Amino acid sequence: MKLYRPLPLIPTGGVHVLELIAKSPLASLLPISCGSVSLSEDVVGCISLIASKKGQEAQLSGVLKAAHGMALPATNRVTGRAGARCVWFGQQYLLMGPEPDPSLNSVARLTDVSDGYAVVLAQGSEIEHVLARLVPVDVSRAVYKRGQTARTLIQHINGSLSRVSETAFQIIVFRSMALTLIHDIERAMQSVAARDRL
Amino acid sequence: MRLLCPNCGERDLREFYYQSTAEALIRPDLDAEDAVWDDYLHNRDNPAGKTEDLWYHEAGCNAWIVISRNTVSHDVLDAQLAARKRLSNEGKK
Amino acid sequence: MRLDQDSLVDQNFPIKFQFDGMSMTGFAGDTLASALLANDVRLVGRSFKYHRPRGIMSAGSEEANALVTVGSGPQQEPNIRATQLEIYEGLEVFSQNRWPSLKWDLLALNDLAAPFLNVGFYYKTFMWPKSFWEKIYEPVIRKAAGLGSLSGQANSERYEKAFAFCDLLVIGGGPTGLMSTLQAGRAGMSVILADEDNRFGGRLNSEKTQIGGVDADQWVNTIVRELSDMPNVRLMTRTAITGAYDQGTFGALERVSKHLSSPNKHLPVECFWRIFAKRSVLASGALERFIAFPNNDRPGIMTASALRTYINRYSVSPGRSVAIFANNDGAEQTARDLQAAGVQIAAYVDVRADARINGDFPIYRGASVCDTSGRLGLEGITVRHAGQEINIAADCLAVSGGWNPTVHLSCHMNGRPYWSESLLSFLPAENAIPGMVYAGAVNGHMSTRACLQSGVVNARSIMKDLGKSAAALKIPDAEDYAYGIGAIWSVSPSGKQRSWLDFQNDVTVKDIVQSVAENYRSVEHMKRYTTQGMAPDQGKNSNVAALAVLADATGKGIPETGTTTFRPPFSPVSIAAMGSEGQDKGFAPERFGSTHQAILERGAPMIEAGLWYRPSYFPRPNEKTWRQSCDREVMMVREHVGVCDVSTLGKIDIKGPDAGHLLDLVYTNKFSSLAVGKVRYGLMLREDGHVLDDGTTARLNHEHFLMTTTTVADSLVMRHLHYVHQCLHPEWDVSFASVTEHWTQFAIAGPKARDLLNGLLDQSIDNEKWPFMSCGQLNIMGISGRLFRISFSGELGFELAVPSRYGDSLFRILSARVEELGGCCYGMEALNVLRVEKGFITHAEIDGRVTAFDLGMQSMVNRTKDCIGKAASQRRGLNDVDRPRLVGLKPVGSVKQLTAGAHLFTLQDPAERIYNQGHITSVAYSPWFGYFYGLAFLKNGSERFGEQIKMVDHVRDIEAICEVVPPVAFDPDGGRARA
Ligand SMILES: [Zn+2]
Repeated sequence: MKLYRPLPLIPTGGVHVLELIAKSPLASLLPISCGSVSLSEDVVGCISLIASKKGQEAQLSGVLKAAHGMALPATNRVTGRAGARCVWFGQQYLLMGPEPDPSLNSVARLTDVSDGYAVVLAQGSEIEHVLARLVPVDVSRAVYKRGQTARTLIQHINGSLSRVSETAFQIIVFRSMALTLIHDIERAMQSVAARDRL
Repeated sequence: MRLLCPNCGERDLREFYYQSTAEALIRPDLDAEDAVWDDYLHNRDNPAGKTEDLWYHEAGCNAWIVISRNTVSHDVLDAQLAARKRLSNEGKK
Repeated sequence: MRLDQDSLVDQNFPIKFQFDGMSMTGFAGDTLASALLANDVRLVGRSFKYHRPRGIMSAGSEEANALVTVGSGPQQEPNIRATQLEIYEGLEVFSQNRWPSLKWDLLALNDLAAPFLNVGFYYKTFMWPKSFWEKIYEPVIRKAAGLGSLSGQANSERYEKAFAFCDLLVIGGGPTGLMSTLQAGRAGMSVILADEDNRFGGRLNSEKTQIGGVDADQWVNTIVRELSDMPNVRLMTRTAITGAYDQGTFGALERVSKHLSSPNKHLPVECFWRIFAKRSVLASGALERFIAFPNNDRPGIMTASALRTYINRYSVSPGRSVAIFANNDGAEQTARDLQAAGVQIAAYVDVRADARINGDFPIYRGASVCDTSGRLGLEGITVRHAGQEINIAADCLAVSGGWNPTVHLSCHMNGRPYWSESLLSFLPAENAIPGMVYAGAVNGHMSTRACLQSGVVNARSIMKDLGKSAAALKIPDAEDYAYGIGAIWSVSPSGKQRSWLDFQNDVTVKDIVQSVAENYRSVEHMKRYTTQGMAPDQGKNSNVAALAVLADATGKGIPETGTTTFRPPFSPVSIAAMGSEGQDKGFAPERFGSTHQAILERGAPMIEAGLWYRPSYFPRPNEKTWRQSCDREVMMVREHVGVCDVSTLGKIDIKGPDAGHLLDLVYTNKFSSLAVGKVRYGLMLREDGHVLDDGTTARLNHEHFLMTTTTVADSLVMRHLHYVHQCLHPEWDVSFASVTEHWTQFAIAGPKARDLLNGLLDQSIDNEKWPFMSCGQLNIMGISGRLFRISFSGELGFELAVPSRYGDSLFRILSARVEELGGCCYGMEALNVLRVEKGFITHAEIDGRVTAFDLGMQSMVNRTKDCIGKAASQRRGLNDVDRPRLVGLKPVGSVKQLTAGAHLFTLQDPAERIYNQGHITSVAYSPWFGYFYGLAFLKNGSERFGEQIKMVDHVRDIEAICEVVPPVAFDPDGGRARA
């Protein structure tokens, strides 16, 4: 059994000697790779949930375009690119990357959820075979093209799955389930890699 | 079984949560008679044929959906967003 | 006996394996069945009920006799069909259902006792006394009758599930399926071709025939090569389509590594696929059926098509002197193949007087096999011909009773196959599976050419449906014989011999006749009474013959008799494959908070709370039991200060002009009137008037509320909020965001809570600016956080939230600081004691059956507004004073322990169900009071304070006298929380 060890605390009149240190949910878990597929943390910056005010969807798209350079995505779509992306997220949208411009407040309600999610980039030539073991949605290139997103299950976890390139997907799940997510994907990666050697 | 979500398209049953028949959308007034509340809360038909159910796309877009399907053939006949159906019903009143 | 001829086994590549401990050699390409026959092993198992000696009777997944156990230890797998098991170096196989050995099976005495073990024997004999069934009859029967067994140990081998999608699923890779796939593949459709065999070709792998002027296997190879080059075609061998389900969903079991000697450890044993297909072609072919003649179950008797498979595909002759018994033209090929292989034909027996068969061997037309001999294997047959019975020596008998189209999948959604008088078989009903068409032998096309044609025609009809096109495939030349068949189902015995129908369940012709005599005349009743068709082979070998016998016995025709229902799976599916996603911890996600690592470092054991892991208690070096740690943590909170991670409680941001309206409808009490910067406790009901959840909701801004839920109800409440918004009030402008995980939140509770915070916050707080139930934003060490003055312990309490990336760091700082103040971190055990002392409820109390009235919270149901569940909550039955209502209990007798789950009785009543007065939901040992304290639901409890009551725990055998007290034991005025 480990003993608890008190930290040295020296209060010095208003000056912070202590500092809160940021820690990512994926820091100790990624990157990993197996066969042709690799997983890495997608360090996206700010993540904001955008809920359109009632009847303001069209205006919201314009404001978003002016502020961040991408239109509001259609259902099941992603707009923008790495660094500034907007993902359809079911009832709302996820703005990933920039800190949201205050102009958005006139047409939308914003909620900072930067620390609520684990964001993983899964890429490799056989990524579709890996996902076929986890996701009950057809993610083959012919029907699930770049810019396509789905909210679905990744094994047992509710998540968001977007194709961001020919061979790469962005996977978003709640932060607390990062370990299970990585475990489940890694198992599928191992299985696909083992089949290659058959 | 696969169900239709108006937002996400056809999806595996495992993504959905079942609530009740779509009669749940027509909530009685607070002062409605007990018999009306009884029917709303507890009394259900068990049709062999077409039924309208309320499902929640829990592992998907979080939409509540009215799905009509045939309990005999298992055909999924139609799917509408509950919110839209409700609003259009209000409009008709 | 191995034949010296070319075939699909590679005789240059020997493989060693063991059968019942005996070393044997086969070749690459052999199944266990072909290798055993090559080693002249004919006896491979004992039958289910009578322990009759049994041998190999088929060459495919329909095998009913040759079931074996593979491997030992946790991996041991029973009931593997020897006819499908591909041998590999080091394979270890054991026969089943025999004791002590295959040749000397003592339980074969059952066979001598057969007159007593008749149909319905179990039902009739083991009726009484009732108590004998579980302890004596069932274990004995299970030992005597049964197939292989599992090891009983957990198996760590990997199984897998996967999803696949296609325009067209082609089921069966014989000539029909290959043509369908090629046609659709050339049209650019995405096609999956699945076959349970380890190579495509179907019957072509077993027949000596030519297609398009080349040997059939060469033709198959050419087609398969073209298909493998098509990116839009997925070829799946060793994959059985096991079930057809709604909306084009199919189950499929792929044997991934079962044929490998030492597979990679990451390779799954099997993969269970869910295939979603817009259209499907059923090209499952047909299975040859037996004829029920006396003693037709001896090792050495097999279907004629199986015999051809062993000769042509595996270069094995199952016998040295082979007899043939047939009723149709298809079996003639068997004689020709035997002759080509140089095997002696002992007799050709055809039931038809006009059978067209010629050859240089004894031919008996209008004849039948009416008995057989040989104890552990066939030695001779008796032929009934022209009024005489002739004994003929033979060590193998090939039987063909005609062909049953493999219609099973077409029946999985209630389709009823129809009877074809010309084929004497059932054919699949039209449109029985949405999107499925039938091609080839399954639809009654019995020649190879007809199959090729049917494959193309059906693929083209689907292409037309889906708007795809490609040039029509030319149909190559191929065998095109006209199939003729004469009816025969059973041969009557001359004595008391039995004729077997269902080999797997040991059901005879006599059993069916007796079933009818006892008035089990409907096919469904007959099946259940005799168990015919209920075994792993699901009646593949026996259904049609059995119901023909039934039809004869009842005097009804076969079409009127009908079939029983074929249900999934087509062939057995291991539970491990179907449940692969639930193996070990894979059952559900695990949720870990941002402080998880830091908590583990402090030595705290974790307990599950829903999917979350939370610390149970934080042991200190001198503490030996959890209770010592828990008691110390409780006292430190009450006397100093404690820190607890409460992030797992659900947090939902509710924003918009209608947020207040929504909360007023969702909660029983009013929230639209809550001032900004204030927090209120709220109670949520289901529409049926029972409590759904509870928690506090803070108003952070005019149009911004933050709701908290209990840990387990997070997603449930989110679903409920969406329901109320989308289904009841879509006109409201309101939005929800789950921020449970964005914020890591700590409860800081105890008289020194404020002191602890004031050392860390960027601006200090006092009771005036931060009174009880206030909230707001403030900075901690330069980071923007939120502070709520709420208490779940009854002490001066705060909850401090920071973005989760800082959770780990803040926990380490708080836990160090709290100790300097004489306090500690506390876990779930202490948290529970603190809240029980305060009478605060959790889901132990609000278990779905409880109303606001039961909790004494009826006054929280606001009179001036509607809310979800209000109408129902006002009903008389939910306000009956005799309902179990929340009380506190403390022990006052000699027994001091209380237990959760125990039931309550008056002192004078016996502790029996009908006198039940209620039950205990939560208990805690209170170090503050020095006794156990419990929360309970007691009939009319709120009117019974001061009364003594008896607590009885029937499980742990504890009985204690308690006094009924109000639920809030600690600081009932709430002064400490307001201090
Ligand atoms: Zn959806």
